[in-house]
Amino acid sequence: MAAAAHHDDHAHHGPPKGIVRWLTTTNHKDIGTLYLVFSLLMFFVGGGLAFMIRAELFQPGLQLLNPVVFNEMTTMHALIMIFGAVMPATVGLANWMIPMQIGAADMALPRMNLFSFWLLVAGSLLLLSTFLMPGGAPAGGWTMYPPLVLQTGESFPFAIFAIHLMGASSIMGAINVIVTIVNMRAPGMTLLKMPLFTWSWLITAYLLIAVMPVFAGAVTMLLTDYYFHTSFFNAAGGGDPVLYQHVFWFFGHPEVYIMILPAFGIVSEVIATFSRKPIFGYEAMVYAIASIAFLSFIVWAHHMFVVGMPLAGQMFFMLATMLIAVPTGVKIFNWTATMWRGSLTFEPPMLFALAFLFLFTIGGFSGLMMAVVPSDFQYHDTYFIVAHFHYVLVPGSVFALMAAVYYWLPKWTGHMYDMRLAKAHFWLSAVFVNVLFFPQHFLGLAGMPRRIPDYAAQFADWNMVSSIGAFGFGLSQLLFVWVIVKCVRGGERATAGVWDWPHGLEWTVPSPAPYHTFEKAPEIH
Amino acid sequence: MRIDHRILKRFFVAGAFAVASFASLPARAGWGDLNLTRGVSELSREIHDMHMIMLWICVAIAVVTFGTMIYAMVRFRKSKGAVSDQKMLHNARLEATWTIIPVIILIAMAVPSVEKLVKIEDTSGSGLTIKITGHQWYWQYEYLGTGYSFYSRLARSSDLARQKGSGIDPGSVPNYLLEVDKPLVVPTGVKIRLLLTANDVIHAWWVPAFGMKRDAIPGFINEMWISVDEDKPGTYRGQCAELCGADHGFMPIVVVAKPKAEFDAWLAEQEAAAQPALAAATE
Repeated sequence: MAAAAHHDDHAHHGPPKGIVRWLTTTNHKDIGTLYLVFSLLMFFVGGGLAFMIRAELFQPGLQLLNPVVFNEMTTMHALIMIFGAVMPATVGLANWMIPMQIGAADMALPRMNLFSFWLLVAGSLLLLSTFLMPGGAPAGGWTMYPPLVLQTGESFPFAIFAIHLMGASSIMGAINVIVTIVNMRAPGMTLLKMPLFTWSWLITAYLLIAVMPVFAGAVTMLLTDYYFHTSFFNAAGGGDPVLYQHVFWFFGHPEVYIMILPAFGIVSEVIATFSRKPIFGYEAMVYAIASIAFLSFIVWAHHMFVVGMPLAGQMFFMLATMLIAVPTGVKIFNWTATMWRGSLTFEPPMLFALAFLFLFTIGGFSGLMMAVVPSDFQYHDTYFIVAHFHYVLVPGSVFALMAAVYYWLPKWTGHMYDMRLAKAHFWLSAVFVNVLFFPQHFLGLAGMPRRIPDYAAQFADWNMVSSIGAFGFGLSQLLFVWVIVKCVRGGERATAGVWDWPHGLEWTVPSPAPYHTFEKAPEIH
Repeated sequence: MRIDHRILKRFFVAGAFAVASFASLPARAGWGDLNLTRGVSELSREIHDMHMIMLWICVAIAVVTFGTMIYAMVRFRKSKGAVSDQKMLHNARLEATWTIIPVIILIAMAVPSVEKLVKIEDTSGSGLTIKITGHQWYWQYEYLGTGYSFYSRLARSSDLARQKGSGIDPGSVPNYLLEVDKPLVVPTGVKIRLLLTANDVIHAWWVPAFGMKRDAIPGFINEMWISVDEDKPGTYRGQCAELCGADHGFMPIVVVAKPKAEFDAWLAEQEAAAQPALAAATE
């Protein structure tokens, strides 16, 4: 008895104090926190670049940036937001929540977990350091199409290596998620009992493992073309620049879903909680995510309708792309049905999830319009596509991530946050995000190409509106940081359940969640 | 009820702010440019019609789905005493319906799209072929079979005004960034085949009024066709649409469409003018 108590004591010793804790921790909660804090930081770095882009586009003429620097901004904004902010944020949530949702004590591979985080930091810093190199940061767009990307200055190999590092980090994270979910579920937690967030991440992890190596291969071929004259993508040497685009988008399209599937999982959890009702059509939701993931592998060339593909190819990719609307529709309808005959309240997580529901759907509509090849010949490479992917990524993925933070923050910190401030953050974000991105539909339809630092007079009005929206949206995010900081420092104590209708294992442990949870597997009924 | 008012008030404040920021802007020409151009060719009109069909289908779906969501958000509020129905977990018939209906809508959309696509990709029966080569950062046009070829660059007036810190108000430059030194000239009412390639990196040739854009890829030749309506001679403008480096935003496309007879006379004149130069060059 005494020995058992002593053993217990030992197992529950706290983490080391201070900086050492954060450098050496293998605890899934600490690593989750590291990921989340790092991604928030990168969100502001990427946002700062966007701020400069919108400042330059505030009115016609070049005021702030020369064209090369402008191209560096757009390229780095995308790379940092995708690989530094959105993906790591979802990994952070996976680290925190998956073990707690399936009743596991930790992630399966804790040391690899820590390694993958520090690889991400190294990769991101290396990527950012390219700004200081001769010739500047990469400026050929985040898609890095050859031959243009081969004109990058001395930063070229560093940018590629940074991508290798971040890719390796993602793959390790994905392996960890799969191994954890497959092996460490509490007894009785069958696959079809898992919460949808865990499900969405399981499928995301398989996507990551499937496509990150493809991307690494493509950029490595760029590297050998650059240094060893291999001519994979050089027509003069018998290669094909379009081959790169095919390989890139074979990675790129699943990559888009890597950023949105965890968001689907989050929104499913949040809408059910605040409707006080189990998710409608749970199994259909799982199958819909799986179908979307499968379809993501066979639609890549819809990013390249203007490269001059054969007619049959264009038709195939058009029809396959349209098919994605079916499982996506199922998800939207199931979320709506979850609210139907529910008992709804509108706390900040629910507000963000509802905004997601409307605004992600708008992004889905423009996506459907672009699937139609004849119309895409007009939309392609204009601000219409910029509006489309920002609608699915910002009020889509990012709003879902914010919903997740507001949903689980009391569980993480043990404090309730300032609801009034959080709601203010929501309303400001929801209004400004539309002022920012909706006019970009008009700009694209009116004929403004994307990735230009300066534009003709007829585009001036809506660009100014869009820029005002950008400044407002960016500044509103400072409120987000303030709410989080305030909540970490103190606040009303949160109960174990936190919300009115908690469902899932994470709500059975106290708030804040103890450093070690579920060392003894819980019983699932 | 009190919660309703508070949310309404927030909506109102946010809306008022948005309206105020719109109203404070100077009036310019761009407010009305909200939609895709109908253009001046058969293809561009068909593409526009396809775009409008898709837009209205999306609007109709949006009205139904958003309407249902909003109804649920208003009707099933806890503050109004709504109690959740814990037994509503799935409904096979309903789920099958909302899987099958979208499939039917998609098939209905796909049929006309495929039909139009076949027409767009058919470049046969053209009356004139022009080869377009993209360079960093200007275009080269060659009337195939005549040997007549020229370069087309951003107009000097725009080029001066666009320099950082030029002090020239872009508003004072006519057709700022959409003017070239020497426009491409094409006949109206003729199916024109365009062959696209590039000299250095990938570019894309796009004039919205003609409905089409296509990449110009180094080492490869792409093709597409345009046809300007017989009764719509005029000047049409576009831009490079594929990121091609520093001056991607500064390689506009200007096309002057002339009636067939006028075009033939123009081309003959250009060829004649080019002959002595050509002869001198080959000597």
